[in-house]
Amino acid sequence: MRNARRIVSLLGFTTLGGCSEGILDPRGPIASAQRLLLINSTEIMLVVVIPVILATLGFAWWYRSSNTRASRSDSENYEGRIEFVTWSIPALIVILLGGVIWISSHELDPRTPIAGKGDPLRVEVVALDWKWLFIYPDQGIAAVNELVIPAGTPVSFQITSATVMNSFFIPQLGSQVYAMGGMATHLNLLADAPGEFTGFSAMFSGDGFSDMLFVAKAVPAADFETWIKGVRGIGSPLDAEAYAELAKPSTAVSPKTFGSVRADLFEHIIDQTKSGAGHASTGAAWCRPVKQAGG
Amino acid sequence: MLGRLTWAAIPFNEPLPLLSGAVVVIVILAILALVTGKGWWPYLWREWITSVDHKRIGVMYVALGLVMLLRGFADAIMMRTQQAIAIGDAQGYLPPDHYNQIFSAHGVIMIFFVAMPLVIGLMNFVVPLQLGVRDVAFPRLNSVSFWLTASGVLLVNLSLVIGNFARTSWWNYPPLSELAFSPDVGVDYYLWSLQISGIGTLLTGVNFVTTILKLRAPGMTYFRMPVFCWTTLCTNMMIVAVFPILTATFAMLLLDRYLGMHFFTNDGGGNPMMYVNLFWAWGHPEVYILVLPAFGVYSEVIATFSGKGLFSYRSMVLATFGICILSMMVWLHHFFTMGAGANVNAVFGIMSSIISIPTGVKIFNWLFTMYRGRVVFTTPVLYTVGFMVTFVIGGLTGVLLAVPPVDFVVHNSAFLVAHFHNVIIGAVVFGAFAGYNYWFPKVFGFTLDERLGKASFWCWLVGFYLAFTPLYVLGLMGMTRRLQHIADPSWRPWLLVAELGAVVILAGILCQIAQIYVSIRTRKSRLDLTGDPWNGRTLEWATSSPPPAYNFATLPQVQSIDAFWDMKRRGASSIETHYETIEMPRNSSVGFVTAFFAVMTGFACIWHIWWMAIVGLLAAAVIMLVAGWSDEREREIPAAEIATLEARSGRRQPA
Repeated sequence: MRNARRIVSLLGFTTLGGCSEGILDPRGPIASAQRLLLINSTEIMLVVVIPVILATLGFAWWYRSSNTRASRSDSENYEGRIEFVTWSIPALIVILLGGVIWISSHELDPRTPIAGKGDPLRVEVVALDWKWLFIYPDQGIAAVNELVIPAGTPVSFQITSATVMNSFFIPQLGSQVYAMGGMATHLNLLADAPGEFTGFSAMFSGDGFSDMLFVAKAVPAADFETWIKGVRGIGSPLDAEAYAELAKPSTAVSPKTFGSVRADLFEHIIDQTKSGAGHASTGAAWCRPVKQAGG
Repeated sequence: MLGRLTWAAIPFNEPLPLLSGAVVVIVILAILALVTGKGWWPYLWREWITSVDHKRIGVMYVALGLVMLLRGFADAIMMRTQQAIAIGDAQGYLPPDHYNQIFSAHGVIMIFFVAMPLVIGLMNFVVPLQLGVRDVAFPRLNSVSFWLTASGVLLVNLSLVIGNFARTSWWNYPPLSELAFSPDVGVDYYLWSLQISGIGTLLTGVNFVTTILKLRAPGMTYFRMPVFCWTTLCTNMMIVAVFPILTATFAMLLLDRYLGMHFFTNDGGGNPMMYVNLFWAWGHPEVYILVLPAFGVYSEVIATFSGKGLFSYRSMVLATFGICILSMMVWLHHFFTMGAGANVNAVFGIMSSIISIPTGVKIFNWLFTMYRGRVVFTTPVLYTVGFMVTFVIGGLTGVLLAVPPVDFVVHNSAFLVAHFHNVIIGAVVFGAFAGYNYWFPKVFGFTLDERLGKASFWCWLVGFYLAFTPLYVLGLMGMTRRLQHIADPSWRPWLLVAELGAVVILAGILCQIAQIYVSIRTRKSRLDLTGDPWNGRTLEWATSSPPPAYNFATLPQVQSIDAFWDMKRRGASSIETHYETIEMPRNSSVGFVTAFFAVMTGFACIWHIWWMAIVGLLAAAVIMLVAGWSDEREREIPAAEIATLEARSGRRQPA
């Protein structure tokens, strides 16, 4: 028995308390606030949920037909006071939670810039089949499946998709936001300290979806500058040709960087997706699909 | 001639789908051969296929749901197995192409072809009996509804063998489901099967709203109706309100796919976000369409087996209506992460959490019904108590998901998957099983084996917790849903426990199959001769088990809530000696034949066989018109025959 308990607590500790990833191990202010909110909301509701579970089991057991000690009544035992209480308890909880929802929705709106030292770093995110393109418009470089950001500096993401819907998500930094074709969504995140975090698409997007992973590296500000310089120096350019090649469906793509990128590539991708000129074209209206992938 | 249908449509090169398809085909052929060999066709045609009796249709719905549960569960255990082994370098046994079809089919089948038929089947069987009437308002339409649902089932299963199913999840979000990204027939199978069965469901909605509003026994005022009838009324009003949204949305997607329109495409001014909104404007109410009848079942079960009336009937009705209305105002909580502003998200978050008020009230009412009662632990009661405990946990995680910033980190995660299985299994499936065990003796005239029933309950309960508690944990660890391949090896232990849970649920299903088998074998010793095996409270127990075609030889006179309980208390006899001629609807083959042509049309559209589509559509239209103009719809059962039938039923007056 003691052994069993030790195993359970060990499992609980290593995977929930001290796990290396996930939303219970936040590494930024947004994710921390969300974890706190998760725990607080759970506790508020447990105040009711635990007594209800105990009462359900207790009532069912005590009033079992074979219990000779239980008092019985054939009538409904209706009482207005009890009815008042049954409506009041959940209502009070919801009033409390409603306040929590209203305040937290405004405080943690993904579009709200995060206060921090200096200007935020701008990163433009493009979901492709099945990899992530990160454009640093102010630095003039781009990277695939590798997001390098300076720790302690707010990062302002603009997100779009050159293909189907995806969702841009780095659990340890907090909020996810959809990536959708022909438009940009906004997200602000911040990493407290240097570290490597897994990011992925949290919206099913087709065959290569499972391996649409990227690594988000938060590095000291100085290292970030070094990284930028290194990439700008040697990487190949992300020109029209390279982008067309990149946009073709591919799975489990290794991280890669581009030494230069046209300044308006992000807007260009949005326009292209909207007009159907790029990969996302639906083709001629009456055309049958060329290839029938039967079977 | 055959559009895009070629031999390439049959997956000769893929052993797994071919094998599963072949097994299904062989089983169906074997059943057909058996039926032909035994000469059962006339019986089946006369008593079941063309029957417009709400009881028969109810039984067929439930049977359909249970058979499809096996199919949906087979998909589930394949998915669990894939996730338990495709970790790290291992790729598992299902390539993305196949895995994506399986999770899409699992969702579609479990929602549309398991949960829906189960609850609609129970409604069909029980509601007219509880209302004290002889059938639903439109018996023949009821048969059409059932057969259209069965058509959808047939099309979905056809995709196993001919072509493939959608690989776009059960939401089928564009642009992934548009021609540009899903050019093959999978999405078309999805769309046509749901369009056809959706019409059936809408007709069911119309039918039951009319039945409950217009057909009730003398004295059965609204506030004397059993709670199950109230929840059925709300469910069907919601069906009438929201199924047209689904049909219209799918119609727009079909126009995109077939005529090159741009409702939901990335380009050409299309807007995929609109599909997402419309889908959930149907999808969230759908959850309550499923769960409200289950709530009704629990209300009946807990009152009957506590031996006392439901606590605060008025609150229960009010709460049901509250849920019905609120459920249509919360759809945006399915996509807080789309990027709407804080105000929009907060409003929908608060609306969503408000639903927990009426739901919480219901829990309290069931709780206080047990208070000072005499709780008999039958299988339905076990399901009810199991539900109450499980559902409040599912409610808790549901409200967590309704807090937008929390949803930002658990949206689309395994946590979400665990949450909705927690409520769908914990409330809808348990409710359907409780109802199945509770009303089975009424349907067939003998009770189900309690030992195996309880064993299956425990397997389902334990299996559920084993399968889905790990998913809650994995969701918090950052695992998203629909993964064919898992990169993080540290998740393996949890995935193995989830797999074990699926195996335990399998044991529960096997117990249920054994339960049917054993109960039929020993039915002689478990006959229900009184028609009232549980000391019931509502009118379905006032007639014999199984009830005669006309339900009640003379319509009951209702004087209070729990009408039958009241009759027993007053000592009013429900057995009459004087009978009058009863008019009952005639059998009709319209439902079956319409469905035949509906399948033909759907299949033809999927494969672009245009001549066949036109033939099917025209034929279905002609049949509906001819049926609409036919006069001869009733048959009369003479009083003498009723007297004989009533005497033969040999029902004993309960003490």
